[in-house]
Amino acid sequence: MATQHAHHPTPHDEDPAYESPHHHPNYVRIWGILLVLLVISVIGPMLGHPVVTLITAFGIAVVKAFLVVKNFMHINMAPRFVGLLMATCLLFMLLFFAAVAPDVMRLEGTGWEKPGWKAANAAFQAGAHGDAHH
Amino acid sequence: MSSARPIATTRSTAGMPTGRLAVWWVIASEIVIFGGILASYIMHRLAHDAFAAQAAHTNTWIGAFNTFVLLTSSLFAVLGHKAAEEGNGPKAARMLYLTSLGGLIFIVVKSFEWTSEIRHGFTITSSTFWSFYYTAAGLHALHVIAGVVIMLIVARTAKRNLELHRVELIGIYWHFVDIVWIFLFPLLYIAK
Repeated sequence: MATQHAHHPTPHDEDPAYESPHHHPNYVRIWGILLVLLVISVIGPMLGHPVVTLITAFGIAVVKAFLVVKNFMHINMAPRFVGLLMATCLLFMLLFFAAVAPDVMRLEGTGWEKPGWKAANAAFQAGAHGDAHH
Repeated sequence: MSSARPIATTRSTAGMPTGRLAVWWVIASEIVIFGGILASYIMHRLAHDAFAAQAAHTNTWIGAFNTFVLLTSSLFAVLGHKAAEEGNGPKAARMLYLTSLGGLIFIVVKSFEWTSEIRHGFTITSSTFWSFYYTAAGLHALHVIAGVVIMLIVARTAKRNLELHRVELIGIYWHFVDIVWIFLFPLLYIAK
């Protein structure tokens, strides 16, 4: 039974594979920055300008994700191949997008069409605000 | 010495502890899963105007509140990691309990939100937008629930100053769940 005054083992004590404790940034400050960015990402799109919406909603999402990956997940302290692994997976996502988008983003092609989407878009254009069913 | 530990826990390969390596591999596979869903959503959203009409029905304030909850829970998770590195298991466990509380609040808010949307007739079969909405947010919610369960198990041992390295591992996973929501929030709640 461990006593109250026993030495608290760190992950490094339990397993030498774990590095000694490293420098920790001011996490509360980073959390504060993330909240400020959250407020901007909500307010920005209210202005109704497409470019502002794109920057404040999605640009800020990228910044927020970067702050979390770097400061909370400490990817900068992991071996380099971890970052490359993550980048490779993101690249696969882009490849998927590039390969599939030409078909998905069209309403018709050679020998095929999407009548449901066409009808929904027509209804939307007419002000009916419809959406396509599968 | 008392208990033998599994080789997968003690062995260090690829320049980092095996447990941490495994978590990064899990995250790599998760990027492909969520990435595929998000990429498909973006394609449809960009190509079809009708998508925007349905997206207009989601509640931005609820999405923003849940983003706040997850960001705050991530703060507790990383503070738990810091406490574990300092060998303070009880504090690490407290931080993990607070992180779990954040996850539970997220799920409760989500369930009220979904109940309201379903009552208004927006179900998973209502339209392509709502199919994406429930699939992406539902899969994310399952990850939140899994994270909370694992975190409570890790907190139980951390409280006794045991297996403190696990605090960091569940933290990395939790931050990834947070990041997925950081992208889901603008896609499902803001881009209308």
